Formats: sequence, C-alpha cells, structure tokens
Amino acid sequence: MIAEFGLAALWLAAALAGLQLLAGALGLTRGGAALGAIVRPVAIVQGLLALIAFVALIVLFCQTDLSVKLVAMNSHSAKPLIYKFAGTWGNHEGSMLLWVTVMGLAGSFVALVERRLPEPTMLATLAGQAFVSLGFYAFLLLSSNPFERMPQVPTEGQGLNPLLQDMGLAFHPPTLYVGYVGLSIAFSFAIGALITREVGPAFARAMRPWVLGAWIFLTLGITAGSYWAYYELGWGGWWFWDPVENASLMPWLAATALLHSVSVLAARNALRAWTIMLGVVAFSMSMVGTFLVRSGILTSVHAFAVDPERGSFILVLLAIYIGGALTLFAVRAGSVSEGERFAPVSREGALVFNNVMLSAVLGIVLFGTLYPLVAEAMGAKVSVGPPYFNPMSALFVVPMLLVMAVGPLLRWRRDGFARVRAILVIPALLVVLAAIGVAAWGGIGVLPFIGLTLAGGLAVASLLPLRGRSLRRTPLATWGMVVAHLGVAVALFGMASESAFSVEKLVAARVGDTTAVGPWQITLKRVRPVAGPNWTALEADLDASYDGGKATAVHPQARFFWSPPQPTSESALLTRWNGQLYAVLGEEADDGRWQLRLWWKPFVTMIWFGGLMIGLGGLLALLGRVASDLKRYVARGKIAYRRERQGR
Amino acid sequence: MKRLLILLLMIFAAPAFAQDTMPPAPYAYRQLDNPAQEEKAQALMETLRCLKCQSQSIADSDAPMAGDMRSQVRERIAAGEDPEAIRAWLVERYGDYVSYAPRVTALTWPLFILPVVLLVLASLLLSRRFRRGGTE
Repeated sequence: MIAEFGLAALWLAAALAGLQLLAGALGLTRGGAALGAIVRPVAIVQGLLALIAFVALIVLFCQTDLSVKLVAMNSHSAKPLIYKFAGTWGNHEGSMLLWVTVMGLAGSFVALVERRLPEPTMLATLAGQAFVSLGFYAFLLLSSNPFERMPQVPTEGQGLNPLLQDMGLAFHPPTLYVGYVGLSIAFSFAIGALITREVGPAFARAMRPWVLGAWIFLTLGITAGSYWAYYELGWGGWWFWDPVENASLMPWLAATALLHSVSVLAARNALRAWTIMLGVVAFSMSMVGTFLVRSGILTSVHAFAVDPERGSFILVLLAIYIGGALTLFAVRAGSVSEGERFAPVSREGALVFNNVMLSAVLGIVLFGTLYPLVAEAMGAKVSVGPPYFNPMSALFVVPMLLVMAVGPLLRWRRDGFARVRAILVIPALLVVLAAIGVAAWGGIGVLPFIGLTLAGGLAVASLLPLRGRSLRRTPLATWGMVVAHLGVAVALFGMASESAFSVEKLVAARVGDTTAVGPWQITLKRVRPVAGPNWTALEADLDASYDGGKATAVHPQARFFWSPPQPTSESALLTRWNGQLYAVLGEEADDGRWQLRLWWKPFVTMIWFGGLMIGLGGLLALLGRVASDLKRYVARGKIAYRRERQGR
Repeated sequence: MKRLLILLLMIFAAPAFAQDTMPPAPYAYRQLDNPAQEEKAQALMETLRCLKCQSQSIADSDAPMAGDMRSQVRERIAAGEDPEAIRAWLVERYGDYVSYAPRVTALTWPLFILPVVLLVLASLLLSRRFRRGGTE
C-alpha cells in the first residue's frame, strides 16, 4: 500500500513538473500572464510530492517491507534501524529518488522565498528547474522505479554492502546531493536570465545566496566523504582521484569559481557572460558526475554496454540539458555584454585569474577522469591516477593560491602592487622561513614541500584583510571570506603534512609485543571475539602511549558481516591535537601472531578541519548576505509603505 | 635502552619467523627492513592499480592479488631493482591498466598536451580580458 502511494506521489510530482514547465513557458508569452500566477504554487506542491514519495520509500526500508524489490535487494531485517533508514539512498533507485526530491524541494524553496528576481526571470527559472526535473522523473519512473514489487515475497533481504553500514554513509550522500542538486538552482537562474536577458548586479545578488548554500553543502559533503574513505576503507588514504571522488570535486571547482564571479557581478556589474557560463557548467558537472556514478560506466565501458538502458537514458538527458543550455548560451551570450571594465591589478583581476585557474583544474580533472573511458572505447585500457592528477593540478593550483593571498587586499577596478607590497612582507617572509626549515628537515617530495611552505604564508595572508578593521564592525561576509581562505591554508597544511611526515608500520605481533610507530608505543594486549547485530568480529585491545605517556586503549576490529558475507576492517583512531594514530587489525598468521597496520599521521585532521572551516566561511558569508538583503528588503518595504500613505 | 633492545630483537627476529611459516607472498604485509627501500617500494605501490578492486592502489587493498603484487614489488626493490623498471615489468605483464601513471603513447598523448592547451587558453583569455580592460 505504501509503495503504491509513493509511486502515485512520484507520478503526480512528475505531472506537476510538466505543468510547471508549461505554465512557466506560457506565462512568458503575452497572453499567458494569468498562467504564470500558478507557477509558484505548482513548484511548491511538486517538491512536496517528491518528498512524500521519498518518505514513503524510507518507511518501506525502515519496515523492511520485502515485497518491494528494492528493499529485498538492498536491506535485511537484522540490520540496525539507522542503517535501514540510511540504506534508503545506499542504492541506485533510492539515490536517484533522493536526487529528484532535492531537486523538487530546491524548486519549492526558490518559489517560496525568492522575491528579488523580476517576475519574467522567475517564471523562466522555475520553468527551467521543472524542465530538468522532468527528465529525471522520467528516468526514475521509466527505468529505475524504486517502488517495484516482487512477484514473490522472499523470506529475507539480501543486505547492504557492509562498507556502507556506517554513520558516514547516513549523512555523506544527502549532504553531497543537496550541494550537487542545489546547483540546479544556479543553472535554472542562468537559463532564466539568458531567456529574459536580465543579467546585472540585482540578478547576481539574488543568485548568490543559492550558490553559496549549495556550495556549503558540497564542501561539507566532500569533506565528510574524504573522512569516510579515510577511516572506513582501512588504509588511511583520504583522496585517491577516484572517478567517484572526481565526480564530486568537479561541481565543487565550478561552483567555487561561480561563487567568486557572482560576487564580482554583484559588486561591480562585470563578468556577466562568464558568470552565466559558470552557472551552466556547475550543474552540468553535477549531471556528468551522476552519469559517471550511476551508469555503471566506471567499472568498464563494456559493463555499460551490457546494461545500456540506464546509462543511455542519462546520457540522453545530459545531451538535452547541457547541450541545450550551451546552445542557448551561444545564441544569447552575444547580447549579454561583459559589463564593466577593470585593470589587471585589481580585485576583479585577481578573481578573474583564479576563476581561470579553477576552470583549468576542472579541465584537468574532467579530461583525466573521462580519458580512460575514451581510451577503452578505442580498444586500450589505461589508468589515470594520482601521478597524473597531482602535478597537473598543482600547475594551476599553486599560482591560484599565490593570487588568493594577494587578491582580497587589492582594491576594486584599479590598484598597484606597490600599495600592498609592504603588507605582504610578513607572509612572504614566513614562506621563505618555512622553505628553509622544511628543506633542512629533508627527504620531502616536491608537492608536500610546496604545500608546507605555502600553507604558513597563506594562513597569515588570509588574515590580512582584517588588518586595521574594527573586528566587531567587520561585515559577516568578510569574516566568511577570511575563515574560508584560512581553511584552505589549514587543509593544505594537513595534506602536505600527511604526505610528508606519515609513519607506517606493518607488524606481525604476538600478544604482549610492543611496537614503535613514530612517537607512539603500541602494545597488543589481547584479541577477543565480539558480536554485533549483523556481524561478528575479532577485536584487538591495544595500549597506545604517546612519547612514554599514559597508555590509552584502542580497539581496531576485523569484522565479518554475514549478510551479505563480507569482511571489513574497522580501523581505530586515536586523535591528538597534532595528529592521529590509525590502527587496523589484520589476519592471524599460522604461528599465532596478529597482523597490525599502524600509522602515525601528523596533523592529518587539519585536512578536514580545513574543509569544515571552508564550509563555515561559506555559512558566515551566507548569513551576512541574507541579513543585509533582508535589511534592505524591509527598508524598501517601509519606504514604499510610507509613500503609499503620503499618496493617499 | 630496553625499547631499543626490543626493537632490535624484533628486527632480527622477523626474518627467522618468516622462514618457518613462509607464505607465498612473504612481503604482502611486511615492510622492508631498509627504510629507504621501503619508502621507494611504498611510493611505487601507491601508483599501481589493484586489478581485482575498483579503483584502489595495491598499497590500499586487502585483495590477495594486491598482496602478491606488494610482495613482488618489495622483493624486487630489495634486490636493488629500479622502481621504474619494476613498473615497466608489471606493465608488460598486465598492460598499461596496472599503472596509475600513464605513459606517453600514441593513445595517451592528449593527456599530456592538455595542460599546455589549458595554459595557452588561460593566457589568451586573461590577456584578451585585460587588454580590453586596460584601454578604457
């Protein structure tokens, strides 16, 4: 019953998306103004219906209703409730339903609160949002129905991949999806503005909070995903340039560029076409990412050919939306002038430079991710991994970071380096000192070396915009920028430190043995069996003492899930302010010794602290912008009200 | 001092233990005793694909085949072989797919042209933008 209810809600939502598109389009014509009035309410109800469908699926998963095929294939009655719940989106159909739900709700949210866009642009935007939604509803209903029933109800479900049975999974994908799909708003805004040709500071100010919001979620989602991979996969790697990781990084790169260019547009009425272009590209990258992850093409081009229906479906959607948007851009961009001019050495100049650098990194990541597919289609299998991505992206990231240190200090329109040279002495000196220090330490790779030396200077430089300001009167948005840029320096430091100073120790230890890892002494106390709701495990009791200090107990586990049968290793982490101890229990050797994998990773946590700070910076900026927008809105309302009264 | 003793004992004891159990891949989960060699091996392993996994390097995988390959890499490094020679040997055996560091070939050259193209594009874009901007 619930399944049918959910399916009905989904069909209704799809039908309303059709209506929204139609009414929005007709509303733009001369005779259809009346129809335009229903677009907002329709958009709101459409999002709610999608949410109802999604909630129905959650209920089915929580009840473990095995008559529903998706539940039977991906869940199990013995799973803890939280993973039944989170398992809703741990599979293809469920995650696509989450996708359209977020898309629908994003449209509802815009329809509900956005009052600054001119009405025609608003109609075109909501119609664009509905147009994109419609394709994904069709995809879900025609080729990935999450509510399909089983002809025969099985006695037990097949369970969820144990790697995904983790709190990280409960929150990482939804966060990422809100970011991913939230970018659809920027896309629809760009389409709307292209249709009505209304691109200017007012449009940018309306668009900015939406971009910021999506970008915050994307940042947090990527950070959480990186941490999940770090502790759950059991080898301490936090980024591998894996296609799935790249799929989330590409929209982030585009959104970061968009975020900065929309600020230029809002403040200076410049970079009009470029901003619109980035709005289109950012969400296009989200869709490309979805295609890569959801089509099965990543395992192999041939796997794609075996079950081509879903992949081809998304590919057609991509062609329609990205192709369509780019065509519209090509046709209309000429009539959207680039706007105000500025000198190379100016705030805008620095922002443009970094926009171009970010786009170049995006180009590298996109090309490097897709190239193995191209090569395989031509008959050869190649791999493109960290040895390619690291240096190639650094080529553009390093100049970008340098400009990032200077940019916020420059004035709009026109400035000279002479003015900021004196201020930059401190960070520059720090970079030099760090370089000498790190070089003296020795034995460090080129990239970690650059990272370590830049990080300190960057941290100081990112604080410089606060110099000479009254801290209490500094606008929130400025604080946001400072915190986010500082976050970049912090994350960079973490990354460089992890790759330069990590100590790894693989040992076969008897009970009672002590091993040294960096400053740590690790003693294996015992290994004992433990059991969970749907797994059994061997758990090691390790005593870890730092630099001869008091011992702390850590408990890595080698788990064996029995549905589906799969071993996983649950790493144990011990966090100090200056890094993390990472312990993994391996197999037992014939002679009674246990394999232990131990790492000491100095300052590794800075990677994710940095990520959080970047997100927090975004949040501060968002709050600052929304507050000042509200203030302006209220003030304008008061003036209008007063005028009206005087008029009478 | 005691700590050092234990450490030394462990270092010297390890090979003796390894001999009486002798698994097929002795260095799958054992590091080389020479830290410089181990570091070399680690750097190489991080850039070799585990062929049985979905995008993991052999340095990050519990798959038996990854273990075998790790052992191979460590043994060859210990025997004094050059990391790139080992990579070439693996590529010959398993194809280009095994290496995360693509070689420049007739098929992969666009990957290496790309940064140059991007640099040219970027400087074109910037110079056009700024020339127009500068002459206001």
